[in-house]
Amino acid sequence: MNDQVEQKEVGTVTGIYQEFETWTVNKGDKTIHAKRMPGFFRTVKTYLQFAMWLPFFLLPYMRWNGKQAVLFDIEHRQFHFFNLTVLPQDIWMLSLVLLVAAMTLFAVTSVASRVWCGYFCFQTAWTDWYTWIEDRIEGNPAARRKLDDAPWDMDKIKKKAAKHLAWMAIALLTGISFSIWFVDAFDYWKMLLSFQLPMVGWVVLAMFFAGTYLLAGMLREQTCLWLCPYARIQGTMGDAQTILPTYDFNRGEPRGKLRRGGEVVAQQGDCIDCFQCVQVCPTGVDIRDGQQLGCITCGLCIDACDSIMDKIGKPQGLIRYASLDELEGKPAKKIYQHPRTLVYLSIILIALAGIVYGLTHMGSMTLSVIPERQPLFVSLSDGSIQNKYQFKVLNKTDKDLHVTVSASGGIEGQQIIGAEKPHLTHHGRGTSFTIFVKAQGDKIMKEVTPLEFKVQAVEDTQVTAQYSTKFNGPKR
Amino acid sequence: MSEKHDVGGVPTTGHVWDDDLGDLVNQPPKWWMLGLTASAIWVCVYWLYYPSIPVSTTSNFFKGIGGWTAINEMEADKGVVDEVRGKYEAKLKDMTPAAILADGELTEYVTRSGKVLFGDNCAACHGTNGVGTTDKQGLFAPILNDDDWLYGGTIDDVHMSITDGRQGMMMAHKDMLSAAEIDTLANAVAAGTPTATPLFAEKGCTACHGEDGKGVAAMGSANLTDKVYRFDGSVEGIKYTIENGVNAGTPETRVAVMPSFKAAGKLSDAEMKKLAVYVYKFGGGQAAAPVAMEAAPVEAAASAVEASAPAAAQ
Repeated sequence: MNDQVEQKEVGTVTGIYQEFETWTVNKGDKTIHAKRMPGFFRTVKTYLQFAMWLPFFLLPYMRWNGKQAVLFDIEHRQFHFFNLTVLPQDIWMLSLVLLVAAMTLFAVTSVASRVWCGYFCFQTAWTDWYTWIEDRIEGNPAARRKLDDAPWDMDKIKKKAAKHLAWMAIALLTGISFSIWFVDAFDYWKMLLSFQLPMVGWVVLAMFFAGTYLLAGMLREQTCLWLCPYARIQGTMGDAQTILPTYDFNRGEPRGKLRRGGEVVAQQGDCIDCFQCVQVCPTGVDIRDGQQLGCITCGLCIDACDSIMDKIGKPQGLIRYASLDELEGKPAKKIYQHPRTLVYLSIILIALAGIVYGLTHMGSMTLSVIPERQPLFVSLSDGSIQNKYQFKVLNKTDKDLHVTVSASGGIEGQQIIGAEKPHLTHHGRGTSFTIFVKAQGDKIMKEVTPLEFKVQAVEDTQVTAQYSTKFNGPKR
Repeated sequence: MSEKHDVGGVPTTGHVWDDDLGDLVNQPPKWWMLGLTASAIWVCVYWLYYPSIPVSTTSNFFKGIGGWTAINEMEADKGVVDEVRGKYEAKLKDMTPAAILADGELTEYVTRSGKVLFGDNCAACHGTNGVGTTDKQGLFAPILNDDDWLYGGTIDDVHMSITDGRQGMMMAHKDMLSAAEIDTLANAVAAGTPTATPLFAEKGCTACHGEDGKGVAAMGSANLTDKVYRFDGSVEGIKYTIENGVNAGTPETRVAVMPSFKAAGKLSDAEMKKLAVYVYKFGGGQAAAPVAMEAAPVEAAASAVEASAPAAAQ
């Protein structure tokens, strides 16, 4: 097999034409009806999918201090996460969260290939649930193919209608569950049931309904093959050390049908060419061709092959999680000898450090002060100089607060005008007000004097914010 | 060569490049052809829907079956803005400027929306943000963001200056005073102590500027004891003002005229109220009229006829 590959690669352009004859490209012409077989990886997949996506359906209903525990409130531009409220100003942390997510994906892929695809991805999970329903209603793959070819009689209509209705129900629930991460869950249900969703609500629901139905019901593995960018780039994350479901060609080849009576043919490998591994594959690939774009590394072919090996009395593991090094008989390296993974891990750590810094330094109030630029200062009738400042206070707590304004630095004996009474700042948004600072002309030594403002909440003196700016005077 | 290219039963165009590269005659993909067709249909629909033919005969042109015009679209957009502003504007209509000022939310609205109004109607003389403008005579229009107000700095005073206008007046003293007298007076005013020289009372300056030289708001006569000067605070500048007066009818005289915006009819009542609040909030607005200011007009009214002092519209 190796020789063959090499030979092909030696050829120039012509080699591509030769290869073309053996290419099999799944363009979705035929629906893949994968067989469902029990086994270790089947169980793992079932539970991991649920663990991953049950929170997607249920978490929005959780309450925390009387409010939705996790709510991405787009309308009011604030994100609630249990006790934490994040306003758009702190959204830079989101980019770090996304970085952590991406790097986790990369790190896991570099160690154990497409774990995300096989056990967690929504495309895999929803397709799995949809095909499970199909299996329940229409029967096993053989029965399904027969039903597809059968003329439209009452039985077929009933079965197909039942299946599509069940699919639509899941699709609808998916759309609703997505929406309630962004709008209060119970409010949303009320609006939905009384048909009073705003236009954008209907559009989102319709898009997710159609998207789920189309992607999980119709497109299925075509999504992984032709739509998903990750499937296309994951090849760059793995290497010879990465473990993935692999057909042990050393042991399996040359493959051949098992002879009646279990005769052992000396030159025949362990693969009996039973095609069980292909039949259970949700993306319809033949794992014996080696790692390929279509393989989502879900391990279902391992389950299938192991059950056959048990039956014919051969050891399990003809298809198993193995690295290319292992197959080629090279010594297995330790994880710390895998620089690629270490790079991913260190990026994760840096990003996590950034998030921790952000969360601990977020503060519950921010202040920004814009000095008036035209004019920089005003000369008053008593000879003093007045500066004007536009204050913007962002109150990130969950209640309205009154703030006092004080200043340090600046000019000796300066007067802060406009801060006689505490200013009301509304929670969850910015409040602006104007402050004047007046200083005696003969006390001003420099054209520009540094000045630091501080706002402090009356209700909670722990809530403060500072801002450094300048006091402008005439040229000296 | 060509049979090598004959893969999958698809013939080639017959051209061969680089010894063995051929060109199969496959159809473009269906989705691509559908896209192309859809684009062609879209072009036709777009062309018909919008006024897309850039030719007109006299006043006749193809208006498009959709009836779209840029002006209509702008009007619709303006409608959205008006709707947001509507609730504030409705309130403003029946409120006095002082009442607007007392309402924090309305004041915020006015100070934000007043910028354009001020820029269009006031900034030509008073400068952006009321920093004042100068000409060869010195300050042409007064600074609006300091605390010196010739006609009073309460919200109602400011409002009145806008609605009714102001006109400063001061006689030219070139022929009435000697050069030495003018020099003495100018130096005293420049020092901020006009009453230091007996000439101030003797020559009748007190008639308009008050016995203490602090000016009379009802007449708009300048406060000569403070550090803010209406035209030019240098000794030379003050001499010029004393010599040539303000609005004294000569070509040399200083000019200080604030037009009446009510008479001009350009601004609505609400707009003038907004401007009053906007100007007041520059920073110099006076909360309540000081006692002295209320008392002054009574005395001033009597001698108002013989007014002769620098004055302007504030």
